[in-house]
Amino acid sequence: MIRPALPLLLALALVLMAFGAVMVGPFGLSPGDVLRTLVGQGDPQATIVIWNIRLPRVAAALLVGAALAAAGASYQALFRNPLVSPDILGVSAGAGLGAVAGIFLSLPVAAIQASAFVGGMAAVGVVTLVAAAVRGADRTLTLVLVGVVIGALAGAATSLLKVLADPYDQLPAITFWLLGSLASVTSADILPALPAVLVGLVPLALLRWRINVLSMGDEEARALGVEAGRTRFLVIAAATLVTASVTALAGVVGWVGLVIPHVARMLVGPGFGRLLPVSALIGAGYLLAVDTLARTIAPVEVPLGILTAVIGAPFFVVLLSRGRRGWA
Amino acid sequence: MGMMLEARNLSIGHGKTLVGRGLTLSVAPGEVLCLLGPNGCGKTTLFRTLMGLLPPLAGQVFLGDRPISTRTRAEIARRIAYVPQAHAPPFPFEALEVVLMGRTARLGAFGQPGRTDRATALDAMDHLGIADLAGRNYAQLSGGQRQLVLIARALAQEAPLIVMDEPTASLDFGNQAQVLSRIAALVSGAVEDGRSVVLSTHDPDQAFALDARVVLMHRGGILAQGAASDILDGPRLSAVYDMPITVETTTSGRRVCLPAVS
Repeated sequence: MIRPALPLLLALALVLMAFGAVMVGPFGLSPGDVLRTLVGQGDPQATIVIWNIRLPRVAAALLVGAALAAAGASYQALFRNPLVSPDILGVSAGAGLGAVAGIFLSLPVAAIQASAFVGGMAAVGVVTLVAAAVRGADRTLTLVLVGVVIGALAGAATSLLKVLADPYDQLPAITFWLLGSLASVTSADILPALPAVLVGLVPLALLRWRINVLSMGDEEARALGVEAGRTRFLVIAAATLVTASVTALAGVVGWVGLVIPHVARMLVGPGFGRLLPVSALIGAGYLLAVDTLARTIAPVEVPLGILTAVIGAPFFVVLLSRGRRGWA
Repeated sequence: MGMMLEARNLSIGHGKTLVGRGLTLSVAPGEVLCLLGPNGCGKTTLFRTLMGLLPPLAGQVFLGDRPISTRTRAEIARRIAYVPQAHAPPFPFEALEVVLMGRTARLGAFGQPGRTDRATALDAMDHLGIADLAGRNYAQLSGGQRQLVLIARALAQEAPLIVMDEPTASLDFGNQAQVLSRIAALVSGAVEDGRSVVLSTHDPDQAFALDARVVLMHRGGILAQGAASDILDGPRLSAVYDMPITVETTTSGRRVCLPAVS
């Protein structure tokens, strides 16, 4: 088998894709331009385009894609359900509400991002607290159902703010944010998100074997020696941190966390030790490709969420019709 | 010698629903204990309580010399291996990966199974005659094969006590006989090295086949306990299953239970 080589190949492909993505755009660059600029000998215009515009955007796309796919793979294993996406516990709805509130209050960009992050974390926090208070029933099912409820509440609050928002100035900004975009991303935006994503990925990587065991179900995991409640809490906290950080950066980008782990599972199987890195690599490449499309196929930017849905939805239908597994 | 597992005057149930009460039983090293009773008599609830997965409503479970509630899940898992009824997981793990999960309690919190764990897992599969299934997709195995994989996982756990919840319940006739004969072989081998096996069943013939000590359950209580040949007779079984049952001896000397069919 060539299993160990696959992540390496993917990483190599990713580097080539990133290089290509830096070249394309309204200000076209040759491979030579890019290489010269990267070693500090490009002409001033290319230097500005590459360092201030293209590279931050490429890096953001890689980060967001990798983070969403990794979080999706974690949530799917945890909830024992391949149809779960990273926003199952309301992180997107909460982050959306946070960002919309920030835009509504005309806060600066950094504050809007912070508000989105806090909203996403808070939504999942409320979900876990409410689910813990509801006793008796199946814990995983309770979590998912409470997630739906809190997500709907946050969605209602977001709608209210949209109605109240200034239709000429704030409403377009809100709509754009809720559809996801990397159009205005700068290095300063990426810097806070990067360490948060890394901090979230560490426990997921360390717990990779226990996450496999958890996907056999709570009771069995406990019988096998795993403190299921504590481990699940840690995985939810880590995956939520990862999702909220990139949602604050890019807005609500759907479908990546749902679809990419499927592709990764087809390639390397469900073992989480292989699934996590391969999901992250494919997710990074996928979102880089989609974002590059988003900024090049039309004279105006296409919101990311629209493209990921247009590509993701039919793809997912194909997956569903091929697989035989439904709800666990 | 001290008891491996002991339940003292246990009341079991979920929340406010009482499923059984006054349950006192113990498992000695090197013993095969068969929990026998009709469906719905509380066997599974008792199992979950005995393994510390469900808190008792009253009374206490002792694992070794300490209450099970004071032990961590990993401590319990190193002493009790659980074989659930065969199920299909949501993801297509390889059979060997499923068996390897039995090693979890012996790994650190962030540990991964290593080479020796793989060897132990493959040994366990080999022991049950299913080494050829190692690379197969667990989700696509037959019910009997899956049950054997789960038993191999319990062996790989290397716990002195193995608990099996109706190991043949969802299997067809041939698979039932096959799994039962492997369990019988396993039990006699395990008992020789001082391990104990507790299994539940609704089929009294299995208690005879395994020559087990029997705890006969009826409506959430214990009706009788003792050697299968001593306590399993027509009147008791008729009372438990609520229909006339006779126990007969075949020409080969095996005892079988026969429900009266009118």
